[in-house]
Formats: sequence, C-alpha cells, structure tokens
Amino acid sequence: MNAAIELGELLESSGSLRRSVQVSSDELVEFAALMLERRYRLALVCAVDTGIDIRVNYLFVTGPPDRRIELVVTTARDNAAVPSLARLSFAAGRFEREMRDLFGIEPVGHPAPHRLVLHQHWPEGWHPLRYDAPASVPMAEDSASYPFVEVQGAGVYEIPIGPVHAGIIEPGHFRFSVVGETILKMKARLWFVHKGIERLFEGRDYQFGVELAEKISGDSAVGHSLAFCRAAEEALGVALSPRAEELRTVLLELERLYNHVADVGALCNDVGFGLAQAKALTLRERLLRLNREVTGHRLLRGGIAVGGAKVITLPSAEVLDAIGKEFDALVALARGQGTVMDRFKGTGVLQLVDVEEMGVLGVAARASGSSYDARRAHPVGATLAGFTPALSTEGDVQARFNVRVEEVAASLSILRDYCSSSGDLSVSTVLGTIASNVSGSGIVEGWRGAIVHRVEIDKGVLTRVKVVDPSFFNWPALAISLADTIVPDFPLVNKSFNLSYAGNDL
Amino acid sequence: MSVAHDVGVTGVGVLQVVVIGIGGLVLLGLMRKVRARIEGRVGAPVLQPLRDVRKLMRKERLRPEFASWIFPLAPVVLVATVTVAALMTPLITTHPPLAGGSDLFVVVYLLLLGSTLVALAGLDTGTAFGGMGSSRALTIGALAEPALLVTILALSVSSHSSNFPVIVRATLADPAVIISPARLFALAALLIVIIAESGRLPVDNPATHLELTMIKEAMILEYSGPDLALVTLGEAMRLALLLGVLVNLSLPWGVASSTSVGALAIGTIVLCAKVAAVASALSFVEVFLAKLRLFRLPELLAGAFVLALLGVVSGVVTK
Repeated sequence: MNAAIELGELLESSGSLRRSVQVSSDELVEFAALMLERRYRLALVCAVDTGIDIRVNYLFVTGPPDRRIELVVTTARDNAAVPSLARLSFAAGRFEREMRDLFGIEPVGHPAPHRLVLHQHWPEGWHPLRYDAPASVPMAEDSASYPFVEVQGAGVYEIPIGPVHAGIIEPGHFRFSVVGETILKMKARLWFVHKGIERLFEGRDYQFGVELAEKISGDSAVGHSLAFCRAAEEALGVALSPRAEELRTVLLELERLYNHVADVGALCNDVGFGLAQAKALTLRERLLRLNREVTGHRLLRGGIAVGGAKVITLPSAEVLDAIGKEFDALVALARGQGTVMDRFKGTGVLQLVDVEEMGVLGVAARASGSSYDARRAHPVGATLAGFTPALSTEGDVQARFNVRVEEVAASLSILRDYCSSSGDLSVSTVLGTIASNVSGSGIVEGWRGAIVHRVEIDKGVLTRVKVVDPSFFNWPALAISLADTIVPDFPLVNKSFNLSYAGNDL
Repeated sequence: MSVAHDVGVTGVGVLQVVVIGIGGLVLLGLMRKVRARIEGRVGAPVLQPLRDVRKLMRKERLRPEFASWIFPLAPVVLVATVTVAALMTPLITTHPPLAGGSDLFVVVYLLLLGSTLVALAGLDTGTAFGGMGSSRALTIGALAEPALLVTILALSVSSHSSNFPVIVRATLADPAVIISPARLFALAALLIVIIAESGRLPVDNPATHLELTMIKEAMILEYSGPDLALVTLGEAMRLALLLGVLVNLSLPWGVASSTSVGALAIGTIVLCAKVAAVASALSFVEVFLAKLRLFRLPELLAGAFVLALLGVVSGVVTK
C-alpha cells in the first residue's frame, strides 16, 4: 500500500503543500473519504484523455495553510469507469455526471447517473472532450425529455419558466412544483449556454489562454483570468514579484466592487425599490469608468497576463473615499426602507449544514456561517495574509445582502492599502525554459466565490484546462434554500445568489 | 325625461370619456416621468403611452391557440365598462349624462366586472403565468372589495344617498363634510383600495420584468397588438377615473355645475390639474416604497377595511 503510506504522511505533515498522489481505482473511495474527513474540500475533478488512457485528477484543497492534494486515477479508454464518490460528496456526484457526458467515463455506483451537461438532443456515445471526438455531430430530436421529478398531490401544480425570460438575463429553465404560492420543489435545468470553452483552450499557446479565460463569465474576467494564470504559473514554475500580486489584488477587488454594488441595487430592485437601484446603477457606472481608467477596459480585461500584471493608473484615495461614501449612502437608503428589510429577512434560508454538504462557496456560504474564503485559505505571496472575511449566520437574503455590503467595505480598504504604495504599474516575469507535460492549479476568490482552474501545458501549448466556477457548486443550493419560500420571492432569492450561467455551463 | 336628446348632455358625455381616455394614458406617462426624474433619469416622454397604444393598434393580433371567447371579449368589456362608468361619474360636471343610474355601487361593480373578466381571460390562456396572475389578482380583489363596500357606505352617510352626483353636490354645498372624520377615514380607505386595484406599489410593481412576482402583468401576458392596446387603455382609464373620484370627493371645487361651454372648460382644466397633482404625489411616494410580500397584503387591505368601518361608525355617531 504505497499510496496509502504516502497519503498518510502527507496528511500528517504541516504547512503549505501541493502534491499529486497516484492511486488505484480500488483505493480511491477510501482515500477520498479520508481527505473529506480531514476537512479537505473537493475543489475540482478533471479528466484528461491522453490518447492512451484516461486520467482523472481529484483536487482536494484546504487552508490556511494552503494545502492541495491531488488524487490521480487512471482508467482505460474503452469502457472507461471510475468508482463513484457521489455517496461521499454531493459535488463529486455532479463532477462525475459532467465527466460521464464529456468523456464517457462511467461512475460506478452513482445513485443517479443522468446527463448533466449535454442536453438530450446530443447523440448517445458522443463525448466532446475525448481527443478524437468529432467537432460536430448531427443533432438528434430531444429524445428523452428531461427527467423532472413530478410532485403529486391535491392542489399541486407546476410553473415552468425560461429558458427565455422577460428580462435580459442568461438562459435557464426552472420548474416549480407549487401548492398555492408555496414552493414545494424547484428544479433548474441549465447548460443552455454550454459552448465547449474547455475544448477551446486546447492547442492554444498558454499566453493566449488568458484572453479566453477572461470571457468564461463576463462579470468575472479578473477572477477567471487570474485563476488561469496562477495555474499556468504553477505549471511553469514561475514565481512572481510581490508587486505583481499587489496589482492583481487591486484588479480582483475592483471586480468585486462593481459586482457587489450592482447586486446591492438589484436586490432592492427585485422588491420594487427602484430608487436604490437607480443609485446603485449610477455608482456602478462610475466604477466601470474607473475600471476603464485603470485597465483600459470597463470589465477589467487585459490587466492580467501569465507572469505579470499591468495597469494604466491606480485609483486615488480620494476617488475610493468618494465611492465609499456614495455606497454608504446607498446602503443607508436600503436599510432605512422597512419593507425592503422585511422582504429580505428570513427569505430563502440556506442552512450551514447544507452549505457543508453541498460545498457551497463564496458570498452564499459566508452568509450561512462558513468562513471559507480563498483569499485567506489559499493566499499567494504575502497578499492578504491574515485577512478576515465578512461573515453572517442567518443564511437568508438579508445575510447575503449584509455580507456583500461588508465585502465592499473590505475591498475598499484593501484597495486603499494597495493603491497608496508607489511602485511599477507594469510587472512581467521572464519565463525560463518551457517544460513538457506540466500541470498546476490556481484558486482565486472571485466575487461569487472560489474559482479554480487546473491547467496542463506541454511545451508551451495548453493540452487540458479545467474550469470550475463557484456557480457549479452553488446552483443546487439555490433549490434547497427555496423550501417554504413563496413563488413571488424566488426572483429575490435567485438574485441574492446571483449565480453565473455562462460560468456553470462552460 | 328627454335628456338623452339634449345635445349638452351628449357633449358632456363625449367630453368626459375623451378626457378620461386620453388623460388616462397621459397620466401613466406622467407618473413614469415623475418616477424617472426622482431616480435621476430623463425618462420617456409623457406622451409615450399614447404612442405605445397607437403602435399596438397597428400591430398583429396573436391569440393563444386554445383560448375561448372570453379572451378576446375581456379587453372590450374592460374598456366598455370604464366608459360607462365615466358617463356616470361626476368628474367634469356634477351632472353626468347617466346621473340617474349613477349609484356608487353600480360604478364600483361596473369597474369590477371589467377586472374580473380580465382575470378570467388570464385563466383562459391556459398558461401558468396567466393562472398565477389571475389567482393573485382575485385574491387581492376579494380582500379589497369589503373595504370598498364599507367605504361607499361611509361616503353615503353624510348625504343620505349613494348616488354619486348627489354626494358631490352635497359636498360642494357643505365643504365642511370633507374634514369630518367619516369622510377622512373613507378617503384614506379609498386610496388604499385604488392602489391595490390599479396594481401600484406597494401592492404590485408595474415596472417589473420578473414574471414570478407579477400580478397584473402576469394576467395580461398573452395579449398582443390591438388587444393589448385596449387592455392598456382600459387600465389607464380606470386609474384616471378612480383618481378623479378620489379628488372630487376630497376637493370638489371647480367641478362644473352647469353644461355651459365655459364651465365645462374650467371643469376639465381643474379636473386634469387635480388628478395630475394627486398622481404625481402618488408617484413621488411610490419611489420611496418597496413592494410588500404577497402574504402581507391582507394586512394592508384589512387596514383599509378598518379605516372604512371607522368612517361609517364616526359618520353615524357624529350625526
């Protein structure tokens, strides 16, 4: 039991750690259980079709200190199968369904091995991430309709909504089973904007992976490109100067700022308080213009590159103070409106136990009392060491509102620290010889939650990129939080999670 | 009684209907404009709803495949009932064409007939949203109705009549009745009922795009083209009419007491000014309101009922 000894030693060690352990199929379940018991979370599962066999990497992380252990299982290309971890971890079950669709790897023992990513009109037996999969296949009829669980009983009826909505939002289909106005069950069907972005990375020069990463989810350009760069830098063995990390932190917090401000306004708008929305949109516009001054792009694209970061200018303390003041006025306006707070309070409660079971991340998790924050758990360099994330325990819409408000204040304070120090506005690292077949992972606390990328590079060319947006973990939690919520409160609860469709559907 | 052939009375009728029709749409535009300006936006022109209706009249009419005759009927009935109600109500003059039948109960139930048919049409579409909107609208309607009935009772106490022109004339003759507790309570209750019935904040959000939170909008989601134009017109007319009723019960000065051209001109201008002022005030207050949770609405409407009841009690006691 070589792997068992190795893993045992790893788990007993202390300090930061990044290691990959080869395990056999038989050992996987036992080892995964051991990791989860030690409070590691399953951050990412990435299958790789090498052409000879299929390798599945299970990335377990915990922190602080930043510890990442990868379990690697290999299976044959024909009749590919791995033992299912679905009974140990809810998230693992979803990763396995994703792999089943995209790679044709059968999760043995999975309780519900349904399709997840590929809708029913994609043909059987076509697995687009296999290296030899044809790029396009004829679409079949929507043969088997989606297996929605039908709730039965006196007075139960269904409300279907989407994927095309009345507002300008991303596509998703939601089906509510309702008695009167009370939601019994909500089932979301996503992946309408599945565009095969992981496959698009393959074959690109790693430098050009950044521009693609910026477009995974438009509102998380910095989060995703930074996660990608950190993964690539780990793979290439690049160490960055502290100044580069400072500039990256500035960009990441600017992204958090404009998104949280927009969410605070949108939450008010969803309860009909348009005044706060109008003020929030004005502030958001001001932040977008600031973004353009800083990076030349309103959504902060182009600031981050593998090995460095560059900005045109940094926001001055006066500008940040003015934004802080305006935001405080906005929050005071919202909190001063009794009806708004009444609508927020006790609506869409997510329990801490569900957060832990489902691996919920980010704002939604911290509003329910889980303190996981990648800025603290997986710090890079000296940045944000000892950072304390905002926390709430109620788990309702109000708690998610409050966590956002506190995070805005925290972001502003981080920005004030990092923008006051003078230093280079552009940092790049000379990259040495490019190794073959290297891999790395990057974890970034985006404004929604922890974004994880895993990158494999062969002689400077990306061979496999796996992207995990926090939305992938959080979508099922939205359904759970709706228990005992009334139908007209759904849009509000949904907005309080504000999950990405593009980031989830990939 | 040969009033039906009196040109003056016919003229008054046409005038009241036209003023309520066009004025209602302008009123919508005005309320949106006020809101936009307070929120720091420029907002659409005040006449935009008129243009929207004109545009809709020219567009294609699409109807749900399985809808019955109720669906096309509802918009027509909605506009027709409001039109008849406009002929009965002392808005510009205290002598509306259908003064004889202008009982407050009749006016109120005519308006309810229109909204009930729209609710039935929502069910008729067979979609989840239509049914959801109708169920919510009827729930609110059922809660608002007792409050409205008692309000009418409170209004009738002082003038010993539920005939609307009689009430307005009595109010003009003795304005002190406006600040009597009976009238003030009744007006407060009436205001809440009007807000609930016309789907304004904090009961319903007329500006939302979130299907699941809608009440009024969900019911009429399937209407398009000329049908939607009629529904929009009908709803706008009803709001204008209800606000006209409210202002003439609270500030009846300026209402023409004859059918002379001069008096009618003054009456029209005064009515428009008063309704515009009240609508602007409503819109102003709306900006600072949020939408109540659906299950809190009974509390609001129960409040209206209690106010109306207080109106009746104080009316009888202070006699």
